[in-house]
Amino acid sequence: MLAKRIIPCLDVKDGQTVKGTNFVNLRQAGDPVELGHAYSEQGADELVFLDITASHEGRKTFTDMVQRVAAEISIPFTVGGGISELRDVERMLSAGADKVSINSAAIRNPHLVDEIAYNFGSQVCVVAIDARLDENGWTCYLNGGRIPTERNLFDWAREANQRGAGEILFTSMNHDGVKAGFANEALARLAKELSIPVIASGGAGCMEHFRDAFAIGHADAALAASVFHFGEIGIPELKEYLRAEKINVRL
Amino acid sequence: MFILSLIRTFAHSKRKKMNVAVVKYNAGNIYSVIHALQRLGVNPILTDNPEELQRADKVLFPGQGEASNAMRYLREHGLNKVITDLKNPILGICIGQQLMCKHSEEGDTECLGIFDADVLRFQPQKHEDKVPHMGWNQLHFVQRKELKPLDNGLFKSFTEGEFVYFVHSFYVPVCAHTIATTDYIQPFSAALHKDNFYATQFHPEKSGSVGERIIKNFLEL
Repeated sequence: MLAKRIIPCLDVKDGQTVKGTNFVNLRQAGDPVELGHAYSEQGADELVFLDITASHEGRKTFTDMVQRVAAEISIPFTVGGGISELRDVERMLSAGADKVSINSAAIRNPHLVDEIAYNFGSQVCVVAIDARLDENGWTCYLNGGRIPTERNLFDWAREANQRGAGEILFTSMNHDGVKAGFANEALARLAKELSIPVIASGGAGCMEHFRDAFAIGHADAALAASVFHFGEIGIPELKEYLRAEKINVRL
Repeated sequence: MFILSLIRTFAHSKRKKMNVAVVKYNAGNIYSVIHALQRLGVNPILTDNPEELQRADKVLFPGQGEASNAMRYLREHGLNKVITDLKNPILGICIGQQLMCKHSEEGDTECLGIFDADVLRFQPQKHEDKVPHMGWNQLHFVQRKELKPLDNGLFKSFTEGEFVYFVHSFYVPVCAHTIATTDYIQPFSAALHKDNFYATQFHPEKSGSVGERIIKNFLEL
């Protein structure tokens, strides 16, 4: 049976991992390749590396890091952050990334999803969506949650699916950094409406939250950062727990 | 301890001297296989030269891509004949496995015909059946009298149900050459074997330590 995936996410700035709480307040947490390798040994199913560097030199450092990850780590990994055109995708894939995640650039230019799927295949294209639940429903945001858009989460996710996205990585801004669980209701609706896998992100605080994202939210994968980085949850214990809760995971 | 480390050093240097070739063609993701070999201490050559492929101790035929384009490239470069005529062990991975079959539904493509099987597109039976089949799934081993014991092959020292990483929309149904199956929508061929030809639908180079053992077993065949 296809396993539910556990994905640690590493935010990388100038070659170092950092993690934001509610997208601000960054704390240092180590070398990304070393950390990625440790997660892979512990049983992480995939890794996500997000480049949160804005500068040109930072981009170069990130590309070097992607090459090191590809050489040293034997599980699939996704890279994201600052990917705005086909050329960026090509650069990341030739550096050895298995998938790329696009966020703001896809909302600004939805055709980018079609282009990536056409040129490299759907399996390469992860569309990341940051959304917040407000009085108008679930609204998509740009630039790491700084700029609200007119787009609704479900409409945009369906469109991305139709355009050829391989997966949707949905981060609830209401839940991110709060450690009170994932946005299970919205996740379940996405799972029902989409024909591609959904990765739950934002809100992991304890092991039960992962179980609920799979059992209630019907997510295909769950992504988290700080609970792993600061050792609050170990991946082996998490997987043992999930297995005992009848969630199919790779042990 | 000393003897153990001597054996290890010997095994390592033996592997280093091993001549491993990776088929160079127009498929993507070939470098992840090269990295995986390098992690095992092997420096493969990437080549489309027939003599280099014939001379190699082991040949890997990896990649991700579209069947009709890949076959066109192989024919244009005479590699179809070279690959089917190889006498040394060759391991096809993902699209490599599919190209080693008779025909693929992807682009209605005539393939190499090494394995007597056709490649079909996954047909979802219910909403949860997402295509591509992507992620970690389990291996189930086929036990048949006419097959050599698994101890001699790709899955030496494996146990039932180990997880490997898949990304594919087309599959090879279970056939006479199937040595391992995986269940997705229905059981399909996760690995094939016939004479010196081996193939996996999954990506050993992306399957962590389990995948590493498969590549190591192949190199030690």
